[in-house]
Amino acid sequence: MPEDILYSIRNLTVEYGTRAGPVRAVDNLSLDIRRGEILGLVGESGCGKSTIGKALMRLHEVPARITAGELWFDGRNLMELPAGKMPEIRGAEIGMVFQDPMTSLDPVESILDHLTETVLTHEPKTSGAAAKKRAEELVERLGIRRERLKEYPHQMSGGMRQRVMISLALALRAKLVIADEPTTSLDVIVEAKILDLLKELQKEFNLTILLITHNIGVVAEVADRVAVMYAARLAEVGTAEEVFANPKHPYTQGLLKSVPNIELNSAELYKMGGQPPSLLHPPKGCRFHPRCPLVMDICSKEEPEFEPVIGDHLASCWLYQEHEGRGSSERHEVHNA
Amino acid sequence: MIRVENLRKFFPVQSGFIASLLNRGNIPTVKAVDDVTFSIRRGEVFGLAGESGSGKSTIGRLVLRLYDPTSGRVVFDGIDLESLSSEQMRRMRSRMQIVFQDPLASLNPRMTIGQAIGHPARIHMPELSPAERRNHVMEILQAVGMNPPEAFYDLFPHQISGGQRQRVVLARALVTSPEFIVADEPIAMADVSVRAILLELMMKMKEEFHLTYLFITHDLATAKYVCNRIAILYLGKLCELGPINEVYSHYAHPYTRALLEAVPVPDPRHRRTEPMPSGEIPNAINPPPGCHFHPRCPIARENCSIQEPPLREIRPGHLVACHYAEELLK
Repeated sequence: MPEDILYSIRNLTVEYGTRAGPVRAVDNLSLDIRRGEILGLVGESGCGKSTIGKALMRLHEVPARITAGELWFDGRNLMELPAGKMPEIRGAEIGMVFQDPMTSLDPVESILDHLTETVLTHEPKTSGAAAKKRAEELVERLGIRRERLKEYPHQMSGGMRQRVMISLALALRAKLVIADEPTTSLDVIVEAKILDLLKELQKEFNLTILLITHNIGVVAEVADRVAVMYAARLAEVGTAEEVFANPKHPYTQGLLKSVPNIELNSAELYKMGGQPPSLLHPPKGCRFHPRCPLVMDICSKEEPEFEPVIGDHLASCWLYQEHEGRGSSERHEVHNA
Repeated sequence: MIRVENLRKFFPVQSGFIASLLNRGNIPTVKAVDDVTFSIRRGEVFGLAGESGSGKSTIGRLVLRLYDPTSGRVVFDGIDLESLSSEQMRRMRSRMQIVFQDPLASLNPRMTIGQAIGHPARIHMPELSPAERRNHVMEILQAVGMNPPEAFYDLFPHQISGGQRQRVVLARALVTSPEFIVADEPIAMADVSVRAILLELMMKMKEEFHLTYLFITHDLATAKYVCNRIAILYLGKLCELGPINEVYSHYAHPYTRALLEAVPVPDPRHRRTEPMPSGEIPNAINPPPGCHFHPRCPIARENCSIQEPPLREIRPGHLVACHYAEELLK
């Protein structure tokens, strides 16, 4: 694994057992998370993005099951670790921040207890005083006054609770933080402040963050690179500038045009037809083809590879791949799209 | 069409038995809506925006008299709603409807789509025979884009997608031919690719059925696409009100500026330029004296904590409640 990659997901498949049969929420997906970057993972509900977040820490629960793939984290394949070893990695090396901090925090434990318990569980040799000192320094860095450490979660506002969650993720100097919709339950002003904080922490601690969200605007604000998911697979991956300026996959193109932009003066939003497919019976070929405005014959027959379009910008779309029956008119269409 | 005058709604804070004995006659209240005045013109989309706890949903319910106001009044088409008897109010309800955020929670899981939409018609249009009612429901289903309507009529809410459910909720609101609809975060639960379609549908229905909307939202970017005028709320009070483009490009209240600045822009080249206000929206039990926003306001001065700024017209049709609005105005 190259040095600059912290986490490499190789051919990951996660299935949920349902009465109607297994549903592949993540289907043969490969993605690299680079050291020190904020990688935004976007997609609509049900596309599998949160399932990935959980699977990366092997936190998925029955009926979900990883049926194939390798999870290379910092040189180790987590799939080969015994399940009993995982708690040492969770929290210590990979931190997690969820959407709803209230359900992730223990209502009968003070913030200080949360932090010292986290430190002492993973580093039992630390003295109580040292753990407390560390907690104080950390929360102050995150914009919480140290007097508030003795408070309980219900005494804090949503934004403050989310800061506590981030401090828990950082208490053991995690290398990777998986943030699943960290600002979705917050108001815009608080959201903006939490996003600023995440960016500062990224630089200060050389932190790597996987930001899972449905909010395209949030990704544009903070992400260095963007991965777009559609129906359990990746549609497109590239740097944020590239993906927003030159989206390659028609799904990404449609998605970006359908997001309201307060800075623009256009009166119309793009309306994407149809809806995401059921993962019980995904369409044959490219999964986006029934909704795709640029659909070609091959799209409903064969699945495109996920491969580079230019440089670091990858997409799984037949528009950019060699196939039989491809004419010059189609190429023309691509440029106009 | 609708005039809201000095509307107030205070909710008593729940407290224990002993505490209520000790505090007799002095129960703390949450000032959810505090002296709000505005009017909605026939045929417009009037936006009501603010953070959670600003009182926007409470106003939506007060306007429909789903809550009784603590003081103040709501005048609908020249009729003071408070003067109506419950029977008169019941008949009035067919002219005003509400669409909520969560379509699954708004639909009875044991009623089919046909029954759910037909239900208000059964109450408000008793003159229709069952067959006529069924036809009417089919027409409405078709109007909201559920084609063919026969395929959906006998389904249950869990058998259709979230976007379709929101269409059903809209259809149910439209079935009694209302003139006015309160849309409380109607698309907040929908996915990005479905939102644009639902918004378009709402605007199409507005033209087709000659509707007036009160559009309640926390999403200023979406508001820009649908609203004609917008009011910004903070802690139960109006900060700013005016035509949408006027407010967005010539905002004069520091809170409006912060809200607009905080909206995430789907463009990585965009950078925020203004610092965000400190702290978070305080509790509405004991709102700060003077201007409610002053503890977080970057341009606050001494008198802001003493004197409450009145809502005043700063430019034609553009009202703002800030002592120093002229300084911000562009």
